[in-house]
Amino acid sequence: MKRQFLGAAVLATAVLGFAFAADAKTLVFCSEGSPEGFNPQFFQAGTTFDASSRAIFNRLVEFERGGTSIQPGLAESWEVADDGLSYTFHLRKGVKFHGNATFTPTRDFNADDVVFSFERQWKTDHPYHAVTATTYQYFGDMGMPDLLKAVEKVDDMTVRFVLNAPEAPFLSNMGMDFASIMSAEQADALMKAGTPEQIDQTPVGTGPFMLVDYQKDAVIRYKANADYWEGKPAIDDLVFAITTDASVRYAKLKAGECHIMPYPNPADIKAMKADPTLTVMEQEGLNVGYLAFNTEKKPFDNKLVRQALNYAINKDAILKGVFQGAGQAAKNPIPPTIWSYNDDVKDYGYDPVKALQLLKEAGLQGGFETDIWAMPVQRPYNPNAQRMAELIQADWAAIGVKAKIVSFEWGEYLDRSKKGEHQTMLLGWTGDNGDPDNFLHVLLGCDAAKSGGNRARWCDKAFDDLVVAAKRTADVAARTDLYKKAQVVFKDEAPWVTVAHSVVFMPMRKEVTGYKMDPFGIHQFYGVDIQ
Amino acid sequence: MFRFLLTKLGGLVPTFVGVTLLTFAMIRLIPGDPIEVMAGERGINPERHARLMHEFGFDRPILEQYVFYIGDVFRGDLGKSLVTKKPVIDEFLLLFPATVELSIVAMVFAILVGLPVGVLAGVRRGRPADHTVMALSLAGYSMPIFWWGLLLIILFSVTLGWTPVSGRLDFIYFVQPVTGFMAIDTLLSDQEGSFLDALHHLVLPSIVLGTIPLAVIARMTRSAMLEVLSEDYVRTARAKGLSPFRVIGVHALRNALIPVVTVIGLQVGTLLAGAILTESIFSWPGIGKWLIDSIGRRDYPSVQGGILLVAIVIMLVNLAVDLMYGLINPRIRHAR
Repeated sequence: MKRQFLGAAVLATAVLGFAFAADAKTLVFCSEGSPEGFNPQFFQAGTTFDASSRAIFNRLVEFERGGTSIQPGLAESWEVADDGLSYTFHLRKGVKFHGNATFTPTRDFNADDVVFSFERQWKTDHPYHAVTATTYQYFGDMGMPDLLKAVEKVDDMTVRFVLNAPEAPFLSNMGMDFASIMSAEQADALMKAGTPEQIDQTPVGTGPFMLVDYQKDAVIRYKANADYWEGKPAIDDLVFAITTDASVRYAKLKAGECHIMPYPNPADIKAMKADPTLTVMEQEGLNVGYLAFNTEKKPFDNKLVRQALNYAINKDAILKGVFQGAGQAAKNPIPPTIWSYNDDVKDYGYDPVKALQLLKEAGLQGGFETDIWAMPVQRPYNPNAQRMAELIQADWAAIGVKAKIVSFEWGEYLDRSKKGEHQTMLLGWTGDNGDPDNFLHVLLGCDAAKSGGNRARWCDKAFDDLVVAAKRTADVAARTDLYKKAQVVFKDEAPWVTVAHSVVFMPMRKEVTGYKMDPFGIHQFYGVDIQ
Repeated sequence: MFRFLLTKLGGLVPTFVGVTLLTFAMIRLIPGDPIEVMAGERGINPERHARLMHEFGFDRPILEQYVFYIGDVFRGDLGKSLVTKKPVIDEFLLLFPATVELSIVAMVFAILVGLPVGVLAGVRRGRPADHTVMALSLAGYSMPIFWWGLLLIILFSVTLGWTPVSGRLDFIYFVQPVTGFMAIDTLLSDQEGSFLDALHHLVLPSIVLGTIPLAVIARMTRSAMLEVLSEDYVRTARAKGLSPFRVIGVHALRNALIPVVTVIGLQVGTLLAGAILTESIFSWPGIGKWLIDSIGRRDYPSVQGGILLVAIVIMLVNLAVDLMYGLINPRIRHAR
């Protein structure tokens, strides 16, 4: 019944003049999978965000196109209180919501929409909280329920967020997908009509594209939003042709059945670069693959041993053997696309002689036995952990350190390593909000050493003081300074071997212009044109 | 006839219970906790973990989970997808027509080519035609579907540009699902050219999906023909001076068809298994691709419900095959 309803709605929209005109500029994106749904509040996958939040919705603040710094979105400006406990957003005037066959907005975007979008996720007694599901995963994972004290409508165009503790990354959180702003007016109308669940099926946002139709697992169609507040998109229609196999995506790109494709096979990159009809863009992913030493266990409580094992690893061989060129050696725990990346830090080079010397200094000239945990799954920051572990095992064997490779099923792996059962382990991280805190405090702070997220179980006062201070101040320049210092401490203390950041490739046809790669790995098409 | 149907249907019950038990147990035997896997590197705090376990019912004893599950199944409720939060049955019904459409066309292709080729090989036993058919069918039978599909795409879609690479319809056509069968929906939509485009998109996937059944049918037809051709009544027919066409086409083929129909019925299972790979290559939005995605996302209700529904379909098709024997050979009408 629901489906027929949606079908009829879409058909009506099509008749009303949204039909695809033959001379319209249509951009086809061969997306890698189906979206889980169209309300980004429920999901965490980039595939879903491409299709929902980034096309259909806006947030109070937005990440700069192609970067991680924050710029105005639906909020034109904001102030942070001196104590860091409240954020006041001044909303943009004249922003229009999309309309569809069942809903025509009668008013512009205002503070009610902001309050609705957050209270639905936050307040368990909100009339919309349990509609569809109650798993507001990302909202919960980013600690929003504990962080928020109040979301207040000051006046129609002003909203104030009051926090329980100062938290500078809060502003970056406001640019994340779960913070997308939905229409409170649509919600009220649907509630009155007795079909509240339609809000998650017929999304209404303020973004550059309007959803026209989704045929499950096959194709998603969007129409440019002519009233978009940043100006109408250059293309008229946007189509996601869902194509799960990378070789087939490549075939479609070559045959001209799509303009852009994500996630090519690394083995195809060379041929793609040689193809005169294609352009291949590349960028480091917002991630880091690392090896963590369990600093609670001997001999890894000794800094010299950690440094020695750093010197013993040949990263170039790993980049070739494991990443097949789709990776870049990492020297800091944050990728270079994040602000405050400290390029002055010097990495431990590949130097087995130095490694042996340091082991000797530590009183371990005879070597020792240990383990390397390798995860059983492919991750963006590590396409083949088993292979990586083998290479590291061989490098360490050369300085007398005998390591046994250990692996568990993924859930088990995460759970056991959280409890600190490993001696050394491979893992990695993909950033959520582009804030350095999201790497440095979440993965290496003392709090995380207690909760287990810090797999090195490393709690260093000098480092922790820096990152905690950076969390408490909203001043970006001051924060940058603190994070740069923290990276120096980290490198010297060497709780990890920072192995690599993945390199992400985006092949597209030559006629596509204006595409910008996004460090979050999100694909967005505002600003893209076809020549 | 009625009693026959009843016994056959009764036989389905243990199969049904077996299938539910297997799918239910198998997906839970994979070690590791689904909530932990969903949370990934980020991890999840114990309190939220416990709440989600409870919400999904994973905190109950496994036997209790099964009993609840079976109870729901008999009420026609296969649960909601953990990922899309929509009822499993709705998702299945939405995607099933695409698989059926592809399977039917693949089967028609396999029969239209497989039967005549098999007859030819049987009649020309030991001659070059026979050897060629046997060799090709062996190759077809052993062909890895994934590789075969990519090979055809590279040749026909990329190099020659004769067929579309993947999908069910060019996006310039905007056809609303009515029946879910694209070939029918395009006809209903009166958009010029869309019907032909839908057929065009069916060509490669049905060849790929139909390859294994084609090989099996050809080989089965050949051996059944060989057997029948040495029968007395065929000699009699020939002696009566009937044309070779009539002897082979009517007298021999009709009797040779019984084992062939059985094999065709059994191929439905092969088709649905092959559909998983074929749909993944050709981005065909059917239940095969959906099941693969659901397994990858650990979407328990979808995997359980999907496999159960596929099993039901296979059971029903096998039942239909049993009933069809009677139509082909009156001697097997079910008076038993």
